[in-house]
Amino acid sequence: MKEQGRFGGFGGCYVPQILYGVLEELEAHFLAARNDPAFQAELRELLVNYAGRPTPLYRCRNLCADTKARLYLKREDLLHGGAHKTNQVLGQALLARRAKKTRLIAETGAGQHGVATAIVGALFGFSTRIYMGEKDVARQQSNVFRMKMLGAEVVSVTAGSRTLKDAINEALRDWADSYRTTHYMLGTAAGAHPFPTMVRDFQKVIGEEIREQMLSREGRLPDAVLACVGGGSNAIGAFHPFLGDPSVRLIGVEPAGRGAHTEEHGLTLQKGTPGVLHGALTNILQDANGQVLESYSISAGLDYPGVGPEHVHLMKTGRAQYVGATDDMALDAFTALCAGEGIIPALESSHALAVAMDMARRADKETVLVVNLSGRGDKDLDTVAKALAARGEARP
Amino acid sequence: MSRYSDMFDRCAQEHRGAFIPFVVVGDPDMDTSIRIMETLAAAGADALELGIPFSDPVADGPVIQAAAVRALQAGATPDRCFGAIAVIRKRFPALPIGVLTYTNAVMHGGMAAYFLRAQSAGVDSVLSADMPVAEANDYIAAARAAAIEPVFIAPPDVDEDTLRAIAAATSGYTYVVTRRGVTGSDDRVSMEFKSILSALKRHGAPPPVMGFGISTPDHVRSVIAAGAAGAISGSAVVRIVERGGAKMMDTLAAFVKEMKQATIHSQA
Repeated sequence: MKEQGRFGGFGGCYVPQILYGVLEELEAHFLAARNDPAFQAELRELLVNYAGRPTPLYRCRNLCADTKARLYLKREDLLHGGAHKTNQVLGQALLARRAKKTRLIAETGAGQHGVATAIVGALFGFSTRIYMGEKDVARQQSNVFRMKMLGAEVVSVTAGSRTLKDAINEALRDWADSYRTTHYMLGTAAGAHPFPTMVRDFQKVIGEEIREQMLSREGRLPDAVLACVGGGSNAIGAFHPFLGDPSVRLIGVEPAGRGAHTEEHGLTLQKGTPGVLHGALTNILQDANGQVLESYSISAGLDYPGVGPEHVHLMKTGRAQYVGATDDMALDAFTALCAGEGIIPALESSHALAVAMDMARRADKETVLVVNLSGRGDKDLDTVAKALAARGEARP
Repeated sequence: MSRYSDMFDRCAQEHRGAFIPFVVVGDPDMDTSIRIMETLAAAGADALELGIPFSDPVADGPVIQAAAVRALQAGATPDRCFGAIAVIRKRFPALPIGVLTYTNAVMHGGMAAYFLRAQSAGVDSVLSADMPVAEANDYIAAARAAAIEPVFIAPPDVDEDTLRAIAAATSGYTYVVTRRGVTGSDDRVSMEFKSILSALKRHGAPPPVMGFGISTPDHVRSVIAAGAAGAISGSAVVRIVERGGAKMMDTLAAFVKEMKQATIHSQA
């Protein structure tokens, strides 16, 4: 490797030796493409004309209108594919083509990354296989159908916890056999080097646009940028361009599930301990013997017992803060945004929105908050209907 | 001299290669697992490779994954596994014993502590399936400080520099894999084997032992004939454990004898 892929000691490339070579190859293509104007121009063209960048920065008209806060939403939900995932799959697809790969494999939790991968698979003519935990297949049926319509094969993973973690395990096993023809399109800024750096670089367009749009709208930087954190790609993309601006608070929101005091959560940064999972030294949820625990969240996209290593570094250095939002808080934020602004957010993004709404209520002076609304919530409607019914709030 | 080098010397004198069965410690439960390991050793296994189960075995195929699940469900922990290995060590003082695990298990609680615990249980070598040589400097130092031989895998499609690094890092033996993919017994024994072996020899690597995909005496004969110092069979052994039944121990012993017979050089 040309770079260490370390974030203050976290990160690295802990993979079976057989995969080290293809990751070196990927790093070489990534580093070359970084400085290749033709690559950057093609990516830019796709981001603008295919995916729909820049996405709007919308100031909420109704939500938080009675507070001292001005709440902005970075509308990644309006990106083609319905989530921020499209930003980085376009970049990785161009790299895969550059590396002369003909096949894509990917894992998916909520299905958003699977859909994004299927989209670029169709666009560039890759043969595409998506690994998805059996439990997630059941709770994200509409995205499964979407992937199939886009020409991808969806493999239901029955091992282990039958969620995102096991889908990644299965994709890695496939890759150990297929790496000569296949690019593994990891969906988040986690895993082995170069993925955390590469995915962050392809996602930081989110934060760059927030900065520009905020300066032109408010004439200043925001007081805080909030984003949900599962693996952490939408958060690192929104945060990264602000790392050098100490006045901008960076707040990552993890899924507190049924509560931080229970065992049913995905508070990897807040309650996890250092360990190696899926190729990186990072924070993971594990037991006293170093066995990886199953995480829990109402939102499939946040249901992951690991996290991107750069977030661990940002937490340890204090540059970013990480808090939790429970299933209930996320549901409340979800319904509030639907009814208040006519926007159906992803349950993942609703976690960040919940904390922003709470901050707005508490604001005792003029405050500008930006929530990265990382995805749209159509895929979550069944889950939300069931959860509201369980709370006795069934709606027509 | 280490137990591995003594064993390889003895094999060389007897004009044969080493046969090394692999099982997951604690599969299907700890008591049975101890009897399985005793059976394999008593039947003539030249060394044992023992998997300590991990929740996320990304380098393992379905057969060994299932074994890890059975062991974990039966309550296997690293401590209990080392306890079982200590029993085997006591009964077979000269038998080389290698542990196969994953990096998180070794790092959890500190690498130095892990290697000391392994050493005091009588383990000779540790291989972490997701520890490539490029990340392994501290790991190798910690292992050697505890008198544990760190073993590394030489896979297909690696360049000369990486093979040289693997040859320098691995100790006890070199785990050679010439097939892509994860563990599992299928019939693909690759033809690239000889070129990897000659490169390893050029770089002074310890004896090459072939793993992944060794499930029949014919596989053993072909890799020994190609110059391997030994053969590891994992999934084929674990499948016998998976099937279980009253004759399991007899079947395991017969499998070891048959595979070991196949290590004898055809023209000694």
